[in-house]
Amino acid sequence: MYTQGLDQKGQTSKPAAVEESAEQLAAFQARIDAEEKIEAKDWMPEAYRRTLVRQISQHAHSEIIGMQPEGNWLTRAPSLKRKAILLAKVQDEAGHGLYLYSAAETLGVSRDQMVADLLAGKAKYSSIFNYPTLTWADIGAIGWLVDGAAIMNQIPLCRCSYGPYARAMVRICKEESFHQRQGFEIMLELTRGSDEQKAMAQDALTRWWWPSLMMFGPSDKDSKHSAQSMAWKIKRFSNDELRQKFVDVTVPQAEFLGLKVPDDDLELDEASGHYRYGDIDWQEFYDVLAGNGPCNRQRMAKRQGAHDDGAWVREAAQAYAAKQAAKAA
Amino acid sequence: MNADEALLTYVLRVADNALITGQRMIERVAGEAELEEELANANFALDYIGQARMLYTYAGELEGEGRSEDDFAYLRDTQEFRNFLLAEQPNGHFGDAIVRQFLFESFYLLQLEALADSRDKRLAEIAARAEKEIRYHLRHAAQWLVRLGDGTDESHARVARSLAEQWRYTGEFFAGDEVDSILQSEFRGPDLDALREQWLANVTEVLEEATLAVPGETFMATGGRQGLHTEHLGFLIAEMQHLQRAYPGASW
Repeated sequence: MYTQGLDQKGQTSKPAAVEESAEQLAAFQARIDAEEKIEAKDWMPEAYRRTLVRQISQHAHSEIIGMQPEGNWLTRAPSLKRKAILLAKVQDEAGHGLYLYSAAETLGVSRDQMVADLLAGKAKYSSIFNYPTLTWADIGAIGWLVDGAAIMNQIPLCRCSYGPYARAMVRICKEESFHQRQGFEIMLELTRGSDEQKAMAQDALTRWWWPSLMMFGPSDKDSKHSAQSMAWKIKRFSNDELRQKFVDVTVPQAEFLGLKVPDDDLELDEASGHYRYGDIDWQEFYDVLAGNGPCNRQRMAKRQGAHDDGAWVREAAQAYAAKQAAKAA
Repeated sequence: MNADEALLTYVLRVADNALITGQRMIERVAGEAELEEELANANFALDYIGQARMLYTYAGELEGEGRSEDDFAYLRDTQEFRNFLLAEQPNGHFGDAIVRQFLFESFYLLQLEALADSRDKRLAEIAARAEKEIRYHLRHAAQWLVRLGDGTDESHARVARSLAEQWRYTGEFFAGDEVDSILQSEFRGPDLDALREQWLANVTEVLEEATLAVPGETFMATGGRQGLHTEHLGFLIAEMQHLQRAYPGASW
């Protein structure tokens, strides 16, 4: 569903364990510049590998945690059709998590390790999922805005220099565009409905707009890893470029729905064709990132609880497999 | 009761089992320990919701009063639901969920196999489609039951307890009434006595592999077929129907 600016402030690369010669680095960069895909067994700089592990695993964790806010409305979906569509969407997210963990595993890190890092709070997931889904309209807003923002981020990732990630993203993007449409359709139905439903839709846009803009990550001037990721063609557009693209596409959609974007400074700049938007409250972004969003604790507690509840099941599966292996021997 | 009324009632019973089972599985979404189980659970729940939708739509056509799938799911009260008591029991732990799926699906698969051969063409088509899905679910549940039963002492004790708790709800599967008799005589529906025998044989085989004892004769709770449910169903229904009840007539 989502990637957020993964290049957060204050993260520094550790020195590579092995010596990387200038020739190796130059040859690697030449392959990147020639738009060749880097594959799992190819030589790559340690920092490239580490950047990808961080980005892909964060993306995978986001898919898994992202199931929670939407799952929150599955039992209450207002029709069987909506229930089935939402269920299929949430299931897709589990599937995306699975391919992304597999893509990250090609870089030499196990899924167990990645999950352990998530549970230990060492790995991040997209902050957007630390906001609550309070009404059914939030399910529409997530599909429309959050998946819409995710698509902006993810389409360029289909051309990412790392082959396994790029291929996983091709598949994921196809499903995401369906998710985005179902979200917009929920909003459309609500805005054509009763006054109460319209108010529900407006409230959802009001609450999800700014967090959606924050999904693109810090402003370019504060984004430390961007330049290197761009040079490696892991990233193709800057955070601010993608954010602008999202605003330009989404504002007319809000107008079509008859909803007001909660930004008094929003205006179309006729000369450039771009919408100018107001200042993002970056303090809120960093607060949520630091663990102080409305649902950070709840999301992690649920994942930790599920993991802990599975302990006896994992032990049983291992014990059974060992018994079977002993019988076969 | 005439044949048409019996068929409608029967279709609604099967639909209610599918919906309530699916709804309980949905409660587990995003809470599974392993990603593979998350995918399986969501996928199976989706199958159940799909089956419920086809069956409710058919029930609406049989009834001929313009009721939609959502009218049946969202606008009937708890006592109008006719699902088995087993389906509505709370999820409990992973082993409880596996045992419930295993016991119910061991029955449901046989029921669907029989219905796929029914004289009612539409019901037969729906059953044939559902049968393929449930065969796969049952294999998954049986495999897990064997792993848990023959896993560690703890897992064995846990699922033995789940089995003991839930066995009392299986008698209802075979407690036929006039509806079942008419379905069998007029539409070539399942023969419940034959199904019981087959069910017990299939269940016994898996339980033995799982090193679990087949529970002995015990009191069997019934009531689901008459709308006399356990206290658990009311909460499931209240949650599921919340938006439809809070905003009557709204379109979503």
